[in-house]
Amino acid sequence: MASTITEKILANASHQKEVVPGNYVVADLSYTMAHDSTAPLAIESFYKITDKVFDKDRVIIVFDHFFPAPTVAGATMHQKSRKFVMDQNLSGFFTNGVCHQLLVEKFISPGDVLVGADSHTCTEGALGAFTTGLGSTDIGGAMATGKCWFKVPESLKFILTGSTKKGVYAKDVILSIVRDVGAAGALYKACEFTGDYVKNESISSRLTLCNMVIEMGGKNGIIEVDQKTFDFLDRRKGKIFRSDKDAVYEDEYEIEVENIEPQVALPPVVDNVEPVSAVEGKHIDQAFLGTCTNGRLEDIEVATRILKGKKIARNVRFIVSPASEDIYFAAFKKGYLQDLVKAGATVCNSSCGPCIGRHEGVLCEGETCISSQNRNFTGRMGHPKAEIVLASPATVAASALAGKIVDPRDYI
Amino acid sequence: MRVWKFGDDINTDVITPGRYTVTTDRKLLGKIAFIEYRPEFAKEVEEGDIIVAGNNFGCGSSREHSPVAIKAAGVSAVIAKTFARIFFRNSINIGLPLFVCEDTDKIDDGDDIEINIITGEVRNKTKSIVFKAKPLPEFMQRIVDKGGLVNFLRSDGYDNI
Repeated sequence: MASTITEKILANASHQKEVVPGNYVVADLSYTMAHDSTAPLAIESFYKITDKVFDKDRVIIVFDHFFPAPTVAGATMHQKSRKFVMDQNLSGFFTNGVCHQLLVEKFISPGDVLVGADSHTCTEGALGAFTTGLGSTDIGGAMATGKCWFKVPESLKFILTGSTKKGVYAKDVILSIVRDVGAAGALYKACEFTGDYVKNESISSRLTLCNMVIEMGGKNGIIEVDQKTFDFLDRRKGKIFRSDKDAVYEDEYEIEVENIEPQVALPPVVDNVEPVSAVEGKHIDQAFLGTCTNGRLEDIEVATRILKGKKIARNVRFIVSPASEDIYFAAFKKGYLQDLVKAGATVCNSSCGPCIGRHEGVLCEGETCISSQNRNFTGRMGHPKAEIVLASPATVAASALAGKIVDPRDYI
Repeated sequence: MRVWKFGDDINTDVITPGRYTVTTDRKLLGKIAFIEYRPEFAKEVEEGDIIVAGNNFGCGSSREHSPVAIKAAGVSAVIAKTFARIFFRNSINIGLPLFVCEDTDKIDDGDDIEINIITGEVRNKTKSIVFKAKPLPEFMQRIVDKGGLVNFLRSDGYDNI
């Protein structure tokens, strides 16, 4: 029977010839991941099941949500996870990047099955793997057994064609898709991106597309591998699966990206998306460039092109967090970070930064932040009466320069 | 049981803001449920109360702190039109009963309702109406019957599925 890439990966990992949506399967896991915020609860569950992880090289812990610890409570959480890493002798323990970026750079191969205790684990599917976010108890069970149960999802197909106009990026494309599909429009579904736009875009942009699948309720984002993927993966080979031509999709969306303008998601929900023109001139207090959505080298490059040799507005603090150490070094080598600092940016360590409001730039009452992150929920970055506007790195950088929300096309 | 009614797309930052989840202390988490969105909730909620909501309840982050906080606050069940996927799994895994029900518009804040956990029958005593919630799929019911994923893996394990 014809199958989608997601169905084929789940069939392979659960040792079945084929699976169909609605089947319950138990799949072998390539990796499990938890970060400093979710690991402690996962560890508690883990020790109720067993005392030894299924494979010390495939259980990954990353400190990114509040590293280095900003509070005593945070340090205590770190202490607990660090003890687990030491006791279990885990080889994959990192404090130098956002978990999803590190997984993409160091671990994931096509055909892999990854579960992560973070909702944005849908990101890594851009490399042709099945990757999904779960909660701590699921990850505790996964670390113990190396397996996890899944309901095989129905698939949605997003066929993206054409190319975006200058100043419009993958973030604008996915924001416009989230608006059309809605915050619950892809609940429980696999979201497969295809079409010549996807093929022509970089791995970095593909990761941005898959990253925000969860903002439509999706289970996993996935993109078939091509030469770009192989070049990126270098020595990682994996197992290649492709959707059959006559595979069954619950729905197909055909999107011509040429007409998409720069987009913003206005508070308090991610599907509240408008063209940037709707809020042009809105005052901002903070601009943030970083995260698993848009903290990669090409994002920093775009911001640098806009800000090099200029100064950000006095009313704005501009925070930059390269998504990993590799990106940090690459951006430094190219002089981007120096240019951004000279323009007035504060460059933080590679972490989630202020995205979840725990450190490195929280907001007070009445403030507005424009951010390259993926969520604008009430209270996420600090005070519940602060506002978060989501946008592309170009819109973030241009707005930092202007001191208010602006259309980046006027600055490129 | 008293109903606490919520709307659509209630997200995990609303249930348990990230700034308050730097702990695994269940009692503490129970006290911060809806702390900014609905501050009276944690103070007034009583053992056995039921949360009723619209679509996509629990969307957003994977943080298990959200269902843990709801359960620790004393809530006995959550009924919603639809649930976000990770929240749904997390709740099953920690033994917080969830019910999918299209008729949650027939329930208002403060109503007195009863739910039969086996049959899914919802009785709105305030409005004197009865309707059905969907029972859990058999596979998930087995996990709930064991009291959550940890007990399920200890007693049954994945080999016996």
